Amino acid sequence: MLTWVNDMLRRIPAWVLYPGLALPGVVYFYWGVTNQLGADPVERLEHQYGEWALQLMIAVLAITPLRRFVGLNLLKFRRAVGLMSFFYVVLHLMVWVVLDKWLNWAGIWEDIVKRPFITVGMLAFLLLLPLAVTSNNQALRKLGGAAWRKLHLLTYPAAITGAVHYLLIVKSWPPEPMIYLAIVTGLVAMRVLWTRMPRRANRPGAAAQNQS
Amino acid sequence: MANRWKNTLKERDVTPESAYLNRRQLIAGAAAAGAFGSIAQGAKAEELKPNKWDDITGYCNYYEFGTQKTDPAKYAHALTIKPWTVKIDGMVDKPGDYTFEDIMAKMTVEERIYRFRCVEKWAMVVPWNGFELADLLQLAGVQSNAKYVAFETVLRPEEMPGVHTNVLDWPYVEGLRMDEAMHPLTIMATGIYGKDIPKQNGAPLRLVVPWKFGFKSIKSIVRITATEHEPPTSWSKAYGRAYGFYSNVNPERNFPWSQESEKLLGSGLFARPQPTRLFNGYDEVASLYAGMDLQKYY
Repeated sequence: MLTWVNDMLRRIPAWVLYPGLALPGVVYFYWGVTNQLGADPVERLEHQYGEWALQLMIAVLAITPLRRFVGLNLLKFRRAVGLMSFFYVVLHLMVWVVLDKWLNWAGIWEDIVKRPFITVGMLAFLLLLPLAVTSNNQALRKLGGAAWRKLHLLTYPAAITGAVHYLLIVKSWPPEPMIYLAIVTGLVAMRVLWTRMPRRANRPGAAAQNQS
Repeated sequence: MANRWKNTLKERDVTPESAYLNRRQLIAGAAAAGAFGSIAQGAKAEELKPNKWDDITGYCNYYEFGTQKTDPAKYAHALTIKPWTVKIDGMVDKPGDYTFEDIMAKMTVEERIYRFRCVEKWAMVVPWNGFELADLLQLAGVQSNAKYVAFETVLRPEEMPGVHTNVLDWPYVEGLRMDEAMHPLTIMATGIYGKDIPKQNGAPLRLVVPWKFGFKSIKSIVRITATEHEPPTSWSKAYGRAYGFYSNVNPERNFPWSQESEKLLGSGLFARPQPTRLFNGYDEVASLYAGMDLQKYY
């Protein structure tokens, strides 16, 4: 069954994820323009883009554990999912800067400096920036595999920062942001633990390959 | 004694939503007549176009039913509002359980079109129907040495899915200083657009204090207590540094976020934020806070 799924996945080109994952964002924007997003379309758009960014980030973090523990191979989609996560981060940021703050740069700067949830959000954005810029074959070649992988470990702090940003936005302690933070923390912890454990313990049946 | 304050026409009959939208010309005329007392200055002559029924009743903060804006409209139908009694106690001459019907029989319901400003920086214009809180307090015989009024929202875990998470310390409680409570702008709302107030908006009766952030306007009230001491309020218990007892709308308020501008709901994706006004534009309440440092007493 798993082999069959992996075979099917191999036939799907990774590029389909770009238009596929961008489509909901475009549709949502259209709904906003045509007044179908309720009383506060700016907030809906802002929150939805932010939430999708976080969900795709979780998807990126889940790809390695899924391969290791379930045997599902989604590795070739990781770059596309990661870049689309960043795409929604940028849209989220643009809705805030343009439709929410109306390019009031003084106000934007004040928010970044004074409001912890925005400071943290901007930090997450800055952490993601080098990842997005180097998510192409050319950058991978230029940096070399080891340096590139090291740089891309920034994914983990970026994801946690993003989840904390969500938690800080809300007025009290509703469940959703805590669930996101728990999932992200769990995935990061899993990764940390896994790196520390002896490799053979982690992949049943693959021990022989790892002994070298 | 009602009708002490007006910001628009006094139509007490059921007014269809469409009729509201054609009234703005009349408001200016009413203001020009100048037949109102000194407290009637301020917001009354302004164009106030009420938000749509669907926005008012579909975009609510009522955490007992969930923290999403759409949750109350989805889940509040489970709330039983008949029978309904309000316990009025504390420093009053006639403490007791007042049924909703008893209260309504003695109150004068009128229409008040108020701006409503949430601490989350959104604003609406709501055509409430209700009576002045002062009348209810006088009915119960509030004593002269009572300095504050405390309010409590109904708590029914079997009807309120949101109270199973400890978002706030339930039941929801609020409070006003006695002069704020007695101010003619302060009403108990029992309707919107001439219809019974929907459950997601705080049926069967809720407080409306238009110059304060929306969370002060406590919903579905079951208890009113006249007291000598400043009562605890839910949001100041949850996060006192951000949400104080007074919580007057104030553009200078800067924590946890800037309150300098607000967004009028229902005005579309490309609506420019508007500057916030002190006391939400209700200048007639300014004298209540004369000499007070509003940054300290936020």
